[in-house]
Amino acid sequence: MNTIADSHGANPTVDADIAPRRAFGLSFEPEYGHEHDRARITLSGFWLFMMSDLIIFGLMFATYVSMLKPMSFAGGPTPKDLFELRGAALETAALLTSTFTFGLASLAIKYDRGRAQVTFWLMVTLALGLVFLGLEVSEFVRMFAAGAVPQRSGFLSGFFGLVPLHGLHVTAGSIWLVMMLFQIRKAGLTDDVKSRLARLALFWHFLDLIWVGIFSVVYLGGIG
Amino acid sequence: MSSPKIIGGPEAYRHDLLGYQTGFVLAAILTIVPFALVAWGTFPATTVRWVIGIFGVTQILVHVRYFLHVDLSAERREELYLMLFSASLVLTMIAGTLWILFNLYARMM
Repeated sequence: MNTIADSHGANPTVDADIAPRRAFGLSFEPEYGHEHDRARITLSGFWLFMMSDLIIFGLMFATYVSMLKPMSFAGGPTPKDLFELRGAALETAALLTSTFTFGLASLAIKYDRGRAQVTFWLMVTLALGLVFLGLEVSEFVRMFAAGAVPQRSGFLSGFFGLVPLHGLHVTAGSIWLVMMLFQIRKAGLTDDVKSRLARLALFWHFLDLIWVGIFSVVYLGGIG
Repeated sequence: MSSPKIIGGPEAYRHDLLGYQTGFVLAAILTIVPFALVAWGTFPATTVRWVIGIFGVTQILVHVRYFLHVDLSAERREELYLMLFSASLVLTMIAGTLWILFNLYARMM
């Protein structure tokens, strides 16, 4: 009777100190309580989230590219009219540098270089992220002023579905960064804070990876 | 993090730092070249498109290797399979969508 209850994990209090505890769900190994394993598993879960996010971006890319036939411009502005190479280059530079500076922050965490150094590189990353967002918003304002609004044509709907979605992700990442800076200040580099920073690092690098697709397909493909 | 071959001390730090620096320099080159080609504007459009495409895909691989630290090593196998599977899903959906919609365009012309 007891063995059945244990094997289903239905009654964990029975014989808890005799039988090894089993991890929840479809996991056949005994559960290890180590903090390290928990952090690793959480990071794997975050990978799953990012890959589902990747699929959303993939479909937005598909929608955008399918709206690139002249018919979808509906007599409105075309990519060549709207996009500026200089703005796209500056945005790319800001985001690529920010992914590198986040890498430096990760290294400072990994090799215990101290709170000050971690905070410094995270602040630089945040500043570059905000520069990127500023450039992007000013680009949207310019487009709106030129009458290039989402409802103008299929092409513009596709554009405003894809590019601001990425911008929204960068905004979320920046808010997350601010929260982590507060947590580092208040709690220091505890295991929990480090584990959150590891996920934020993945998220930030992932956003730069998506941006490679955006500047190649939308901006360079549109202008070139 | 990629696993350093020499564990511990400043050597491991330098090894990891070199990884990020390599990624940054490669990504910068793979960005600047297609931007320069488009800014130049004298090359045939088809050639430029091919360069943009190939450099873009290469840069994504560089990001995966040097920033997301997913490589062919055994301890990264889980993430690698997850990424490959997700990539195959995304490619199927993108290719399928474009195939159907461009076919529709062609029929409506």
